[in-house]
Formats: sequence, structure tokens, C-alpha cells
Amino acid sequence: MVSKIWGYFIVIGIVYSFIFGDVIALNETILNSTKTSLELILQIFPVIALWLGIAEIATQSGILSKLSNSLSRILHPLFPEIPKNHISLNYIASNIIANLFGLGNAATPFGLKAMSSLQELNKDKTRASRSMITFTSINTSGVTIVPTTIIALRILYKSNSPTITVISTLISTLIATVFALIIDRLIAGRYHE
Amino acid sequence: MSDYVLPLIVLIIVFYGIIKKVDLYDAFIKGSKESFKMSFTIFPNLLAMLLSVNIFVNSGLLEDMVNFLLPFLKVPIEVISLMIMRPISGNATLALLNTIYTKYGVDSFYSLLGSTIQGCTDTTLYVLALYYGSVGIKNTRYALRVSLLADIVGIVSSLIICYLLFF
Repeated sequence: MVSKIWGYFIVIGIVYSFIFGDVIALNETILNSTKTSLELILQIFPVIALWLGIAEIATQSGILSKLSNSLSRILHPLFPEIPKNHISLNYIASNIIANLFGLGNAATPFGLKAMSSLQELNKDKTRASRSMITFTSINTSGVTIVPTTIIALRILYKSNSPTITVISTLISTLIATVFALIIDRLIAGRYHE
Repeated sequence: MSDYVLPLIVLIIVFYGIIKKVDLYDAFIKGSKESFKMSFTIFPNLLAMLLSVNIFVNSGLLEDMVNFLLPFLKVPIEVISLMIMRPISGNATLALLNTIYTKYGVDSFYSLLGSTIQGCTDTTLYVLALYYGSVGIKNTRYALRVSLLADIVGIVSSLIICYLLFF
């Protein structure tokens, strides 16, 4: 489905630009995408290197599993397919913890590790497993306690109360996450999984 | 306060590693090495996503649609665009939020609403493409449906909660 949207975006975007838009700007957009993505990867790459290094220390010392064991009690019912003590639950827990504290950069490497360890359990390697979908549903609904980017931006604009939206964000994100989990359960049930 | 979170996490992990007699340096290098492979896998996904999203966003179709709908809505164009763009592009919405802050004032209702929307959901399309792309999954089944529905619910609840709290 993502693949279809990808195609539609390109076709609709180019055709619309031909008819109503700016074709010179379209050329720039196409060519600049390569530059922007390289810049992005250069930004993310060192951060991934840093956090995977730190994460390995945390894994070897056992603090990662200790931390996520407490979370996994809550998480396990959501991921019934994952065997107990499987490493993927630790990565999922770490990803959620990083997201909770607004450390989006740290969350991504953990999320990618979670996906690759979930893929090990996956029977059909080209098809998303139920656990993967539950995981990405939690992830995209954006559970967060401290929206760091927003707070930083509000401070930058000299807000009188930079943290005032923390409460409204927390409530909305909780509603969205709970809703995502319910829908995920309902649809998974329809597939008899 | 939030400035202490990051260093504290690093401190706790390294300190616990010392107690547990982990070969800290080797562990760090071993973990860090994986980042090459990971970055190589995500680069094509990033490029693909940016290409498609940028062509679509820059074509002006969304703006024209919003302009068309604007007379029926009582919210400024930037806020509507923010809602529509949120699942598609994180950079575009951050730019929109900047515009809203400058235009209406950082502590105005629209800015608070925009901040809440920006904070309460993630860039769904990007996350899905990155996560499923990194492990080579082609069939994402109902993942997109669930995530987009959750985004809509998040945005609607942001609207309601901001009206209740800040209006």
C-alpha cells in the first residue's frame, strides 16, 4: 500500500505541476531530492553510530533487559507472537522509552533493530507480521511525554510558557495510541491472527 | 530540566557497564559498527520517500485544495495545511509551524493547536517506509490503514482538547 501511494504521489505531482505548476521548480525538486536525502543520512548516520554503540553496552551489561522487563509486562499481551525473553521486546521497549522522552534520534536505531529482530521471527519475509504492525502502530501514533522539538522551538520564539502544550499533547497522543491499538486488534482479529 | 535527560542516560548506562565489568570500549565499537550497514539500507528508502513526497508537496495540489476548502472552514490555512501534511512530511509541517508562530504569535491559540498536532503524531508515511523498507517487507498489509486512522484521531482530539484547554 505504501508502494502504491509512492507511485500515485509521483504521477499526480508531476502531472499537476505540468498543468498548473512550475516545471522548472519540478526539475529542481527531483534533482534536489538526492541532495537532501544524502544530507539527511549524513545527519542520522553519526547519531545511529552513537546510539548503537551505547545500546550495545546497555545490552551487554544487562541494563537494557532489566529496564525493558518491567515494560514488557505491559507489552507482552500486545505482542503475543513474540516468545518470552526474545531480544525484540527489549528493542521495542527501548524505542518506546526513547520516544517517551522525546529522543527521536535515539528512537530510530532502536526501532530499526526491533524491526530486524521481528523479521527473524517472521514466517513470510516479504509480508508484515502482526507484531510488526502493532509496533509501527504504536510508533506512528507518537507516544511522547516530552515533545523536545516543540519545546525547543517555543523557547526559540520566546514563548511565555514553552511547556504549556505538554499536557494537551500527552492527552491527544494517548487517545491516538489507545485507538491505534484497538483498531490494530480488531483488524488483526478479522485476519484470524 | 530536559537538558539533563540525554547525559543522564549515557551516564547511567556507562556506569552500570562499569559495575557489571563490561568491556565498554569493545562493546561500543561492536555496536557502532552496525550503523554502516543500517545507514546503507535506509538510504535508498529515504531517497525514495523524499523524491515522491517532494514532487507531490511541491506540485501545489494540496495548497490549491486547501485554498478551495478555506471558505468553509474557520481555521487559518496554515493550520489546515499542517493537519493534512502531518503524516506525509515532518520537515514541511515544522516549517508550517514556524510560519504559524511568526504570523499569529507563539502563545496564540493557533500556535498552541499547531504545537499539539505536531507533537501528538509522527510522520507516519516516513516511519512506515523506513521501518518496513529496512527489512525488505513489500506487503505492509493493514499497517498504513491503522496508522493513518490513528493520525486522524490524534488530530481531532488535539482540536477538541485545545478548544477545551486554551480557547
